[in-house]
Amino acid sequence: MAWDYILQGFSEALGLITEPYVVEIALRSIKVSGIATIMAVAWSLPLSMLIGLKNFRGKWLVKTFVNGLMGVPTVIWGLILYLFLVPKGPLGGLGLLYTEMGISFGQALLITPIIISIVVNSLETIEEEIRELALTLGADEIRASLQVVFESAGGIILAVIAGFNRAIAELGIALMIGGNIYVRGGYYNTRVLTTAIQMYTVRAEMSIAIALGIILMGIVLGVNLLSNLIRKWLS
Amino acid sequence: MRGEHVMNKKVAVFAVLLIIGVTFGCIGSSPQETDTSEKPKVLTISTTTSLYDTGILENIVAPAFKEKYNIELRFIPKGTGGAIMDAKNGASDAILVHALSKEQAFMEEGYGVNRKVFAYNFFVIVGPKDDPAGIRGLSVTEALKKIAEYGKAHPDQPVWVSRDDGSGTNTKEIALWKAAGFDFEELKNEKWFGTTGSGMGNTLLYTSERKAYTLSDIGTYLKYQKEGKIDLDVLVDKGEQLINVYAIIIINPEKIESKDFDGAMLLAKWLTSEEGQKAIAEYGKKEFGRALFYPAIPVLEKKEGNVFKWMLKYGFMKDGDSYTECPSKFRHNAAYDFFEFPATVVEG
Repeated sequence: MAWDYILQGFSEALGLITEPYVVEIALRSIKVSGIATIMAVAWSLPLSMLIGLKNFRGKWLVKTFVNGLMGVPTVIWGLILYLFLVPKGPLGGLGLLYTEMGISFGQALLITPIIISIVVNSLETIEEEIRELALTLGADEIRASLQVVFESAGGIILAVIAGFNRAIAELGIALMIGGNIYVRGGYYNTRVLTTAIQMYTVRAEMSIAIALGIILMGIVLGVNLLSNLIRKWLS
Repeated sequence: MRGEHVMNKKVAVFAVLLIIGVTFGCIGSSPQETDTSEKPKVLTISTTTSLYDTGILENIVAPAFKEKYNIELRFIPKGTGGAIMDAKNGASDAILVHALSKEQAFMEEGYGVNRKVFAYNFFVIVGPKDDPAGIRGLSVTEALKKIAEYGKAHPDQPVWVSRDDGSGTNTKEIALWKAAGFDFEELKNEKWFGTTGSGMGNTLLYTSERKAYTLSDIGTYLKYQKEGKIDLDVLVDKGEQLINVYAIIIINPEKIESKDFDGAMLLAKWLTSEEGQKAIAEYGKKEFGRALFYPAIPVLEKKEGNVFKWMLKYGFMKDGDSYTECPSKFRHNAAYDFFEFPATVVEG
């Protein structure tokens, strides 16, 4: 009895997965979180190299702070970003509230500490062995550092994928900064997988919520699989 | 040699990643590029959830408006309180709301101008079919008293569910409790009094689940009931206080700059035009067997009947000796007329 409606929802969901509307939302999710990941990587890699390859006073404090940022709930990010991005807020002039780019920006901030943390960790693990070796083989400081970064490829890939997965799975920022806007054929739509699932669950339209959920799980698991394959191939 | 081999492999991986990244970028940007040539204008409209949850805005208003003016409507559903906050913070070009007292405060503070009433329907008290508190067919005040009585006798379960989200429906609910002699803030502390802090749809689902009572707008109730998501009956639907008047308020361009005043005015005009009123009247008829909203303009033009009086009493503002949808001090470069009737229509 109790399983009936889940099974029914599931079987209906399978039929909905290829609907243009569902595909559109899925693609938007991938795009928004993909851009977020690219942005986050763009500023996290240099920062990680600064933190991971250099010794400076207060390094421990910086790392602790970055780790701490990982625990900030997405609704807190949503709230802070709303206050900053609303037209009257300090960053209101950017016009990011209720836009895809706004979600990307918020998600990029959310995953930055995750990416930095993983990359720094892997740089530090590798640094000891490689840099010494490279230096004794006659490489200069920069060559040696580059070598460390190359050797950390596995860690960097892991970081990128962990970041992307976190971004595409979060709801708070997507809802509060994106607003779940949808107009048929619209240009300014911001509905993504998580906000759509939330909405359809509230509206009790379970089949489409399940269909979107299956896609979201598919993306997350698929990307994880890819990451494991790459790392296996690397080692 | 081996070191070099490993390094080549890593370079290859970076190359692969780069390609993936570029592909991503292309997937991401291609639909945008094709659209850029005809990027439509956009209006951001903060709206009450009771309008939004029925689907009328997304399914009817937005497509029709876009087709006519090539302006895309971005609806942010938040409840009247949240909609007003968004507007004050400069996020919206106009608001769609249904809470006269809050609307008046919003306009007094200088944020809103050119209010137009465009639709109405009724609030209803809904509850379980077997109606344990026995309120079916009573007046609102009597029904609420009965519910409170029943609730006090059954403190171990939610008997009444309140949205408690600062929405228009919630504002009406607070006023109805007050009229029945209760204080909402005190009621909230009682065990039988549940709150969801959430939109109309969510609240109806919870109410149905817990076999409790709640105040709903008829539109959302009908949609959810017809689709079989909830199992609640309309128990109280009589009484003038239950009228629910929807209005659009344009953001005052002198108070908040860089908002699209003209675009928002177009929307107000369209909603009150023959075409817009017809769309409102038709919505839901096919699907639910009856309309979810009624067009307001025909009633106001006819100037008679109970609904006309109620609409003035509960949806119009007093301006000197008359009732108007928008007092003259809140009018700004209006390209349309406002309804205005002598106070005697309501009071005498």
